[in-house]
This record gives sequence, structure tokens and C-alpha cells, in this order.
Amino acid sequence: MPVISYIEAVKQALDEEMAHNDKVFILGEDVGMKGGVFKATEGLYEKYGKERVIDTPLAESGIVGVGIGAAMYGMRPIAEIQFADFIMPAVNQIVSEAAKIRYRSNNDWHCPITIRAPYGGGVNGGLYHSQSVEALFANVPGLKIVMPSTPYDVKGLLKSAIRDDDPVLFFEHKRAYRLIKEEVPEQEYTIPIGKADVKREGEDVTVITYGLAVHFALQAADKLQEEGISVHVLDLRTVYPLDKEAIIEAASKTGKILLVTEANKEGSIISEVSAIIAEYCLFDLDAPVQRLAGPDVPAMPYAAPLEKHFMINSDKIEQALRDLAYF
Amino acid sequence: MAENRHEALGLTNEQLLEMYEIMRLARRFDERLWILNRAGKIPFVVSCQGQEAAQVGAAFALDRKNDYVLPYYRDVGVVLSFGMTVKELMLQAFAKGEDPNSGGRQMPGHFGQKKNRIVTGSSPVTTQVPHAVGIALAAKMEKKSFVTFVSFGEGSSNQGDFHEGLNFAGVHKLPVIFFCENNGYAISVPTSMQLACEKVSDRAIGYGMPGVTIDGNDPLAVFAAVKEAVRRAKRGEGPTLIEVITQRFTPHSSDDDDRLYRSESEIREIRKQDGIQFFADYLKQTGILTDELEQQIEKKIAKKIDEAADYAENAPFAEPESIHKYVYSE
Repeated sequence: MPVISYIEAVKQALDEEMAHNDKVFILGEDVGMKGGVFKATEGLYEKYGKERVIDTPLAESGIVGVGIGAAMYGMRPIAEIQFADFIMPAVNQIVSEAAKIRYRSNNDWHCPITIRAPYGGGVNGGLYHSQSVEALFANVPGLKIVMPSTPYDVKGLLKSAIRDDDPVLFFEHKRAYRLIKEEVPEQEYTIPIGKADVKREGEDVTVITYGLAVHFALQAADKLQEEGISVHVLDLRTVYPLDKEAIIEAASKTGKILLVTEANKEGSIISEVSAIIAEYCLFDLDAPVQRLAGPDVPAMPYAAPLEKHFMINSDKIEQALRDLAYF
Repeated sequence: MAENRHEALGLTNEQLLEMYEIMRLARRFDERLWILNRAGKIPFVVSCQGQEAAQVGAAFALDRKNDYVLPYYRDVGVVLSFGMTVKELMLQAFAKGEDPNSGGRQMPGHFGQKKNRIVTGSSPVTTQVPHAVGIALAAKMEKKSFVTFVSFGEGSSNQGDFHEGLNFAGVHKLPVIFFCENNGYAISVPTSMQLACEKVSDRAIGYGMPGVTIDGNDPLAVFAAVKEAVRRAKRGEGPTLIEVITQRFTPHSSDDDDRLYRSESEIREIRKQDGIQFFADYLKQTGILTDELEQQIEKKIAKKIDEAADYAENAPFAEPESIHKYVYSE
């Protein structure tokens, strides 16, 4: 199997879905001739033409709103928001419109749009090129939020997102774009939205996380293995709605749970995971549920030492897991 | 005899009478809603009164079997013209399960009916403008010949979605018609406090499209303007912004008291500017409408509304448990 990067997986999924269905098209800023600021759409403009890879005016609400209209008509738009930080002007279109179209029309209309956006820090992006915005949307029924960690998951989940009959926010960790590589089959496959994935089996402590932090958790698990601590790693993959069964199973397995996110702590995705564990797993717990997250400051500063202090890394996860193992 | 203006527009006497009947139906339906509201039978009304002539004039210039419309909350005249029935509108007013717009989930005035290409709308204003542009983009991509029509109030012309939508449509020369029903007030705030320019249509030049301002009490003038916009759209020349000057006869909604921000004399004057009455006068002067026919139409409408109200009042609400349905595809 060929080894491909996380961003190559994005590009392959887009390419395959555009080839598979002529209703699929891309719209966003710089997605056409430039191929996207991260090159996620590189080559697609040449292959599918300017009609299906549309360079839009610089206006995010317009990008999403136009996509929503096309989706209601029966197209399969993929709207790219250049950075997740810049999705804010489109929030009304996402929350008031896309999320509620099926519900408010009593199933008469629906809105199969995919909204892709790179998120996350560790790239010297400063306050407005580093944010994790998923929690802002994770209290909005009608939306699905997918945040894959590996090239294999990216490809299978992005294809599912494009084929989904409801709006999907697809957040890609920009630090993972060229950092994370793995073997991905050439044959067609999809991965169901809404299913978490065990990335490592373990017996002593459980990490539940998503996105780039999955890799930090796996690195920490390797190190702790040498100390005789066995770590179970669950990758949420879809952060809204959550895969409750998988969370309950992973939490109950070890009874010691560390929840990790790069986002701000209070009101985060992992806070909801914690609530699920509290509701369903009380008698299986052997230690208080722990959360390791970004600090509750507005966003990640630009200067390298400050950014590093904000970011999750494998050392922080390793220490938190060790503490939990010896609790 | 008044000068015949409709033949040159390609409108037959029968079409004019159909237009007139829909305007009247919209008005009488709306008047009934206020009675039902004040009687405590329905919780809310947001009115079309004063704007029906413009709405129906515009709708009749469209292809009512193929074009897409994204109406705003006052567009009873548009949705009636596009095939929604007064019974369906009454079911919406009573929020009953059979309401085709939303099954009683949304407030009145939030229209949507896929089979008639009336696109579902919400309450945050102007979000429908980029949707219309997206549907027009789909038409262009799919090489379909239909036109998309989207309407909104003058207050909406201040929203970002208005500007983002018009600009996108202008850049891509999309077959969409932007129809602003300027009734002089965004709830309580008059146009002078809403716009720094003189007219909403002045904004069109910034987006590379023609902008026109039309007397909304003259449905034939509105018809002509929309017809021209349709021609432009179909020739691939792109979008048009049409502003119609109308009046809002009622408070903003059944929860508003407009005496707080406009004088009673102003309200009295506004009510004299009635496009339906002007249209009836024209029809009578051209010999198309007689007093007798007018009475027959009124009777027919009253019967329709009575039957619709009876039906809707007695129709069941959706099951409470049904609130869990249709969050996602099922």
C-alpha cells in the first residue's frame, strides 16, 4: 500500500468524490488556480475546471450560504474555509441555516454540504491561525463534526462526509497535514461518521482524544509501555454527535481515564465526554476523570515559547497518564 | 377608459383577474389572521398587507412552474402565486401537523414547500439571499434555464449576506433576481435611519448589476421590471436588483404597536396607498372588472378562507414526540 500524508488523503478523497459524482463541487478562497493555501485542492482546478473548483470572493458567509443554496437544490458542495479561525462570519449560515433546514421544513428540504477547515496549533499561527473551534458547534443538533487524526481516517471519513445527506463540518489539523503519514489502500473505502476507533489496546489507563493529540497520546503510550504501564487509546474521530457506546466501553475497560484536547478546557468536547462517563460509568471508575486541555485563555499566542506552553504534547500526556496509573 | 398597459406586457385579461384574485385573497387571509389572533386562536401574525400588489406582480413575471422562489416573511402573495393554497397557509397559522411549510415547527410567515420550489426560510433576516445565489449557481452548473427569485425588506439590505450574496452573483453573472420590498420601516426604524444612500437600488452598482426602483403599488410596473430581469438572467447577463416602494399597513407583527413610532395620520395616509385598490380601479377602467364580478370574487374568497380556517382549527397538532424526528436523515 502506498504511504500518503494527511493532506494527500484530503486531496485523494476530494478527487475521487468529484470523479464519482458530478454534483460534487468545491468553492472557497484560493481553492482554484492556487490549489488552496495548504494545497489541499492542488490539481483539481486543472482536472475538473473552474466551474467545479470555484475561486470565490473573500466572504465566508457568502461561501457557506451559496453552498447551502446549491445543496438544497441537489448539488454536493464542499465549502473550504481557509482557516477554522475565519469560520466566524459564516456561523449564522451554519447554525441558523444548514443545521436546521431538514428540521424546520419537517424533512421537506435537506442540506448535504461539507464544510472543510484547517484548525489547530503548533504552526506559529498565532491567535487567529491556530484555534480549535469545534466546541462552538458541538451544541448544535443537525450538524455533524468530524476531526480525523490519520490519513486513512481522513480519506474514508471525508468521502462519507461528502456523501452524507446532512451538513458536516470537517476539521483537519493543519499541523498533521505533512507531519502524519501512513499506508492507505488504493481500493475504494469509506468510514462511517459517528464511530470512534480504538487506536491502541491497553489495560491500565485510557486516553480518549481526537485530532493531532491522538499521535501525542500514542507516543506517550509507547514510552509508558517501557515502564510497564499499558495505555488504551480511543480516537473519537467524530466529536459531534459523540459515539457514546465506544466512550463507555473504553472508560469502563480501565477505570482510569484521561481526556485530552488541544482546545480550551471549559465547555470543551472532552467536558461532554466526561459527563457521559459520569452518567454511565461511575461504578467502573478507579480514579477521578482527568482532563488535559489547552488553558482557558482566548487563543494560542504567536511567540514560540508561549505557543509551546499552550500546546498539548506527548510529555504532558505521558506525565498525566503516569499520575493516573499510580493513583 | 384608462390606457391599456397590460397587452404590451403580454398579459391577458384572464391573467389580470387571476392576479387580482390572488392579491385580494392574500389581503383577506391576512385580515382574518388578525381576527383569529385577537380572538386568541392563533399566537402570532406577521402581515403582507400593503405589499400584495407588488408581490403578485413580481410572481406573475416568473415561470411559476419552473422558477425557484425564496420569499421573506411577508410574501403571502408570492407563495399563493406559486401554488401554496390558503388552506395550507391557514394550517401554518394554526401551527398544525399538516402544515406543509414545517408541520407546525416554525412561526407563520416562514414559508417552504419543495414541490412548488418555495425554498424553506428562517427568522434571521437575509440568510436566504446567498441561498438564492447558490441555487442560481446550481442552475448555471447544471445548464438549467430556470431563474431564482429572492425577496427581502429594505432593512435586510444592510446585512452582510445581502452584500456577499449580490457580489457573488454579480461576479459569476448568475440568473437571480434580488427583490427588495421597501415598506419604509425595519420594525420601527425608518429608511432614513437605515440607509445612507437614497435608494436600496443604488447599492446595485457596487455589485456590477442594474438596480431599479419601482412603484410597488403598480403591479404592472413591477411585472415589467421583473420580466426584464428574467430576460437578462436567461440571456446570461446576470442578476438584477429591483426595489419596490411599498407600504406596511399593519404594525410589524401582532406583537408590535406601531403608534409608538409613527403617527396615526401617517398610518391613515399609508393605508390610502393601496396597490390592490389601484389595480381594481385599473381593471374597472379597462372594463375587465365589474362591481358584480368584484362581489363574486369577494364571496368566493370569503368561502375559501372560512373553509380553510375551519379545517385548520380542527386539524390535529403534530404528536409531541415527533419533535425528535428529522434532526438528521432517517
